[in-house]
Amino acid sequence: MKRRDFVQLTGLSIGGLMLPFGVSGNPVSIERLLETPLLASQKKQLADVALNTAKSMGATYADVRIGRYLNQSVSTRERRVQGIQSSESFGVGIRVIANGTWGFAATNNVTADAIKKATEQAVAIAKANSKFQKEPVKLAPEKGHGEVTWNTPIQKNAFEIPVAEKVDLLLSANAAALSNGASFVNSNLFQINEQKYFASTDGSYIDQDIHRIWPNFSVSVTDRAAGIFKSRDAMSAPMGMGYEYLIPKNEDKLQGPGGMILYKNSYDIVEDAAIAAKQAKEMIKAKSIEPGKYDLVLEPNHLGLTIHESIGHATELDRILGYEANYAGTSFATLDKLNKFQYGSKIVNVFADKTQPNSLGAVGYDDEGVKCKRWDLIKDGVLVNVQAIRDQVGILGQSESHGCCYAQNWSDVQFQRMPNVSLEPGKEPYTSEQMIKDVEKGIYIAGRGSYSIDQQRYNFQFGGTVFYEIKNGEITGVVNDVAYQSNTQEFWNSCVKICDERDYRMFGSFFDGKGQPSQVSAVSHGSSTTRFNGVNVINTARTI
Amino acid sequence: MAILSKEEAKQILDKVIGFSKADGIEASLGGSDSGNIRYARNSVSTSGEDSNISLSVSTYFGKKSGAASINEFDDASLEKVVRRAEELANLAPENPEFMEPLGPQTYGPDSKTYIEATAKITPEYRAQAAANSIEPATKKNITAAGYLQDNSGFSALANSKGLFAYNQSTSVNFTVTMRTNDGTGSGWTLRNFNDVGKLNTAEASKIAIDKALQSRNAKAIEPGKYTVILEPAAASDLIGLMFGGLNARQADEGRSFMSKKGGGTKLGEQLVDERVNIYTDPWNEELPASVWANGGLARKKMDIIKNGAVQNLIYDRYWASQKGVEPVPFFGNRIMQGGNASLEDMIKDTKKGVLVTRFWYIRAVDPQTLLYTGLTRDGTFYIENGKIKHPIKNFRFNESPIIMLNNLETLGRQQRVGGGFGGASLIPAMKVRDFTFSSLSDAV
Repeated sequence: MKRRDFVQLTGLSIGGLMLPFGVSGNPVSIERLLETPLLASQKKQLADVALNTAKSMGATYADVRIGRYLNQSVSTRERRVQGIQSSESFGVGIRVIANGTWGFAATNNVTADAIKKATEQAVAIAKANSKFQKEPVKLAPEKGHGEVTWNTPIQKNAFEIPVAEKVDLLLSANAAALSNGASFVNSNLFQINEQKYFASTDGSYIDQDIHRIWPNFSVSVTDRAAGIFKSRDAMSAPMGMGYEYLIPKNEDKLQGPGGMILYKNSYDIVEDAAIAAKQAKEMIKAKSIEPGKYDLVLEPNHLGLTIHESIGHATELDRILGYEANYAGTSFATLDKLNKFQYGSKIVNVFADKTQPNSLGAVGYDDEGVKCKRWDLIKDGVLVNVQAIRDQVGILGQSESHGCCYAQNWSDVQFQRMPNVSLEPGKEPYTSEQMIKDVEKGIYIAGRGSYSIDQQRYNFQFGGTVFYEIKNGEITGVVNDVAYQSNTQEFWNSCVKICDERDYRMFGSFFDGKGQPSQVSAVSHGSSTTRFNGVNVINTARTI
Repeated sequence: MAILSKEEAKQILDKVIGFSKADGIEASLGGSDSGNIRYARNSVSTSGEDSNISLSVSTYFGKKSGAASINEFDDASLEKVVRRAEELANLAPENPEFMEPLGPQTYGPDSKTYIEATAKITPEYRAQAAANSIEPATKKNITAAGYLQDNSGFSALANSKGLFAYNQSTSVNFTVTMRTNDGTGSGWTLRNFNDVGKLNTAEASKIAIDKALQSRNAKAIEPGKYTVILEPAAASDLIGLMFGGLNARQADEGRSFMSKKGGGTKLGEQLVDERVNIYTDPWNEELPASVWANGGLARKKMDIIKNGAVQNLIYDRYWASQKGVEPVPFFGNRIMQGGNASLEDMIKDTKKGVLVTRFWYIRAVDPQTLLYTGLTRDGTFYIENGKIKHPIKNFRFNESPIIMLNNLETLGRQQRVGGGFGGASLIPAMKVRDFTFSSLSDAV
């Protein structure tokens, strides 16, 4: 699903309906998801057809991605199943450099003949487009990795779990919400498996098996007499994990304010649904926030989106250069600011990482065969690097790609996409309970809500899932109608305290959108609960 | 070529239905040929073409249904996809809200959704369209970034109850952002047509170039409530979001801005200024839409908002059956009646106000009041005593389209806008008082 579509569909979320999942590819049987249509040795043979054809036609570089993309979604509402969808998309994308210019073609016919034809088409496109090329493409060197494999280290393949078990789990969560006072509840489980085979003329043959999972729900409570409705969404995160994410473990639970439970690497959907219903009922009666300056205590499943918008997107090199000017925009974080700009306070250390365990962005190698790694973006508050891939990293004077190239499907051309971008936890022992105790006038915000930022990533406004007022170190109760507005630099420089690594966990998104035609990618953002002082909070209540 | 004629489509669909062993079957066939070109930094960055055709089959046994799709059309493949859907239907849980397909429907005359010239766009046309946009920019020290996408497609639907429907359509969407090379000015234009003959990328680019030049060195003014003149693209993005909330079931369930305190809905009540009239009409010349919707429901000309009161909410067939009303499909297009005032007229009549080219990054803040936040972008100007005084820094707004349409001052001329929220629409420029800008942005 493209982000634009996702955004359009948010109209449907009025009143707390869940967003439908954009299952791409052809619907298939559940059994089909567990089949293996091609062995790695067969993929290598097919890949060599593309690489040899490209070279024989004068291409100086070629890569081929044989991709099988599997999706399954289970959707329920109150006491019934709304839909179970399984889909498969299988095909090959071939990218070449000829006459110093990129060319790309794709086919869903995974045979030697069709791959040869598509490769010829990609070379022809490259040669035709080279007439408009101002400067030839220069790739940062990447040595061939030979024949290698990488798999998401899952414990339980979600596609092997019987659908009936998934349905039972979601309906149990719905029942827990309804018995605790919910008027309505929708719940969903999305599962993704990307089986990607990459080969390039550099001598890499990379076979990867990538898994992602996302359970979620939205609980609504209505008060018809008062004409009010409130919703509370799940405190889960989409993760780069198998079904083990849905088997709750006590060591992954953290106590939040007001009886909330927050989750790390496993999630208790039934427990969270019951709490959600109680919180939604509290929201119905809660007071409206007094606007003004507050110290904000932001928990990771909320802060992740703020990191995503104000740091993740601002530090994409192709945006900085203007390649996204007509769509997502450009960036204030121009290259002259590197190693000078005080992005945040001295305790702010932000890193990009494509290797973080359980994260959505974790892979062994990116979609142009670069081994993935971790690198710093902000060090002691100063902007020190950005995100770049093989054809642009040279602009930074760096000789090694950051390994963050991605295509959403075999049929789409790969380009620079945001890696996991995370805030390092505080170095001193400090818990979120202590943080709340230290705040005189503040608001604790959990979960994602409304989010909006300008096209150069200066001015933003964020809401959340649930808000608690803090007075003199104590939580006084749920408050409504909260949104905070700030400027990226001002906000990150107001960061005064970060909880330690015991509190560290990930936020994630399946639908980060970029490019025209738009492509989505999945990305996680880790952090610990963090305090920002004196942030402008507005009251969003209106009357119509 | 992924476009099948009515006869070709019917032949395939009849064959598919003939293979069914289930209680019933619905089959839809859709195809498209699309092309695009993207440029940035005054140079083409990507271009491509995509051709797709797919058959989707849905079968049912009682209230159990299953769906499958395929993109091969020999007899064996057609039978295979039907058997696959039947297997899935057998395995599926019963859906208490399942509705059997509709019988034959009577549709109005075909609307002119298909224009051959658009279906015949070539890669050379796209390259020239991009060149016509880049060249004038280069001459004025401006950096162009744009995207042109064209589409030609068909859709056909048939079921075991004898329904058959077919439609062909074309569209072309062009957007361009022009930025001054010093990064202090930015302009934007949108063009959306189903007839490419109406598209002139040079003309559209000139407007964006002028806006980029005029918006250099913007001054900051205090956030607050301002009279605004919204160009059609800006007005459309906010008004388009309102349509997503016109869902009968959500309103009946008490979780929509259309739900009424104490129960019931606000259907028929005056919600906005009485000059607001919005309707849907598949046969509109400027904005034709298919005369049938998903599942084969007939579309007709219908009021959405009349004299400020909501007249129709979307009812899916299940909810309509529960409420004993006729189903109302998703609106194929949205047309808001405009006035005679030109933008210049509206500016001339404004003592103090803000002219907004477009909005950006609009997100829901409160579904209860339909409050949205977002920012102005690519050409925001301060108006004083009937004249554009100077460019201003961009604002963040927090506003509801319901409040905005209550504060209507003047309606301007309509423009076809597309690709934004709510799909393609004919929306007028409009002048609105007390529009809430809540903070300033440094973004250009």
